[in-house]
Amino acid sequence: MSKADNSVGFDCRQAFADELTALAAADPRIVAVCNDSVGSSNLGGFRKAYPDRVINVGIAEQNMVGVAAGLANGGYKPFVCAASPFLTGRALEQIKADIVYAGFPVVLCGMSPGMAYGELGPTHHSIEDLAWMRATGDLTIAVPADPAQTRAVLRFAAASEKPIFLRVGRHKVPAVMPDDTAFTPGHAHVLREGSDVTLLAIGTMVSRALAAADHLAAEGVQARVINACSVKPLDEALVLTAARQTRGLVTVEEGVLHGGLGSAVAELLAQQHPTPMRMLGVDRLAPTGSTNFLLAHFGLTDDGIARAARELLAGTAR
Amino acid sequence: MQTTEHPAAPLRLDADALSAWRDRRQTFARADAASRKSALDRSARHLRQQVLHTIHAAGLGHVGGDLSVADILTTLFEGVMTLDPQRPDWEERDRFILSKGHCAAALYGTLAACGFFSAERLAHFAADLSPLNGHPNRNKIPGVETNTGPLGHGLPVGVGCATAAQMAGQAWRTYVVLGDGELQEGSNWEAAMYAAHRKLDNLVAIVDRNRLQQGLPTEETNTLEPLADKWRAFGWQVHEVDGHDTAALYEAFTTPHPGQPRAVIAHTVKGKGVSFMENGVEWHHKVPSDAQYQAALAELGEA
Repeated sequence: MSKADNSVGFDCRQAFADELTALAAADPRIVAVCNDSVGSSNLGGFRKAYPDRVINVGIAEQNMVGVAAGLANGGYKPFVCAASPFLTGRALEQIKADIVYAGFPVVLCGMSPGMAYGELGPTHHSIEDLAWMRATGDLTIAVPADPAQTRAVLRFAAASEKPIFLRVGRHKVPAVMPDDTAFTPGHAHVLREGSDVTLLAIGTMVSRALAAADHLAAEGVQARVINACSVKPLDEALVLTAARQTRGLVTVEEGVLHGGLGSAVAELLAQQHPTPMRMLGVDRLAPTGSTNFLLAHFGLTDDGIARAARELLAGTAR
Repeated sequence: MQTTEHPAAPLRLDADALSAWRDRRQTFARADAASRKSALDRSARHLRQQVLHTIHAAGLGHVGGDLSVADILTTLFEGVMTLDPQRPDWEERDRFILSKGHCAAALYGTLAACGFFSAERLAHFAADLSPLNGHPNRNKIPGVETNTGPLGHGLPVGVGCATAAQMAGQAWRTYVVLGDGELQEGSNWEAAMYAAHRKLDNLVAIVDRNRLQQGLPTEETNTLEPLADKWRAFGWQVHEVDGHDTAALYEAFTTPHPGQPRAVIAHTVKGKGVSFMENGVEWHHKVPSDAQYQAALAELGEA
């Protein structure tokens, strides 16, 4: 079996930066708010084009999110761009009170999420962000899988009257979505049909789920692959259909198992259509290591996903 | 206070109150300094009475801080800020943020006095499903700019508002009222640093310096002094006043401060106006009994 090679492919930050700059050309209300993160958020081009529309508050995440709420109050459309662990963790109460509860249409862009900063250790891993954001009121959550979907989420966010959190991946990924893909909250994409098992993945895990489906197909197992980019709201109809039409679901995410995508699916199925599941993700603070090492460590590889699917099928009678 | 409306009914403009507020504003604009002060003092006394009605009826609230901030709120809404209660989302209105959101009853009394909604609805303060939440909610209450309650949130949002006006080249101004106790939250100092960095001379932070927090005096909890020096060190122009002297407050809020944000340290008395509440730490959120309510109203005089 070949391993998916994640050292090649696309860094979604470039698509993010290009699309944001293009959107800003069309909408003078758009501003970027950041915490000394112009470089890490790849905002150099945006700043060159619109130097006065970068609000760099310095290393101060609570103030950053509060300032974004105030800018929205004053008629601007803020895109907060900051490393996801600090945006979501350090400013969690500001996100809850100033953005979600107050209802300002701020776009929270969690850069370099998951274990993109693997070598920097658990302080810099952002594996809790989806659980924290899912628990926080009426906040749309998007985890795009590739550059095209990153662009699609940004286009949606720019026009949205509600707050949204999106993850902008740093770890390179292959393109899996068509260039003209659109983002709709509550809408997931079936990337491959299959009737034996369903692989439901987000972000960096989508291409790996597709590779896992190739492995399984070679063994005669037909896996359906779903890109569940809209973690909240979840595409409940599509998940329930998959639960009815296949023998079980494997969820795959670069994040904690407690409160993320797998939890969302389990909450739904437990109440509406109990179905065998395997949940792949991270079950503790991760050790320090390269991203690829850590993903393999937690079985977040094409082999790991295929193995989970086999185990699931072995435990279910047709 | 009597009202026939359901506690959960949306708040609506009060045309009579709006008209009366506009009349007061016009009179204020033409008046001399002494008449202005007496007008503000009269409105502040009325607000204090309203606060007592509201908290006594609801059986909860933060009366001590409501009474300490009453002259500040009155001076801003009766004399200083440019507002149109008929258009609470008017782009070029001045922004007011009550960072010490637990003093919502005082803010609601102030907004009702401007006609944003009827004072009768104050009877629904903190009632089940009432729009008049225990802490301000911008989506339910016209005149509220952002949701506050957790401490240390108002100044960052105010800095964002002032930044928006600065970027847009608009003249509207932003006023943020902070409790002194909440200055122990670090987020205030993140915001203070950035406000000075941006030279936000359209931003005024007002510290309600009543020297008491929920459990103890501030200086026995986590020393704030030298407070004026702290603000100056962060790049702010500081103006210290008696926070119950409406003439001094008016001057502090209206004197330009080019190139710098202004911090007004308003020295106040928690529970101001009711002798047995003044400087009593227990009156942070104690609710007056019927007898205490009547005694307090008697001290504050007739409406």
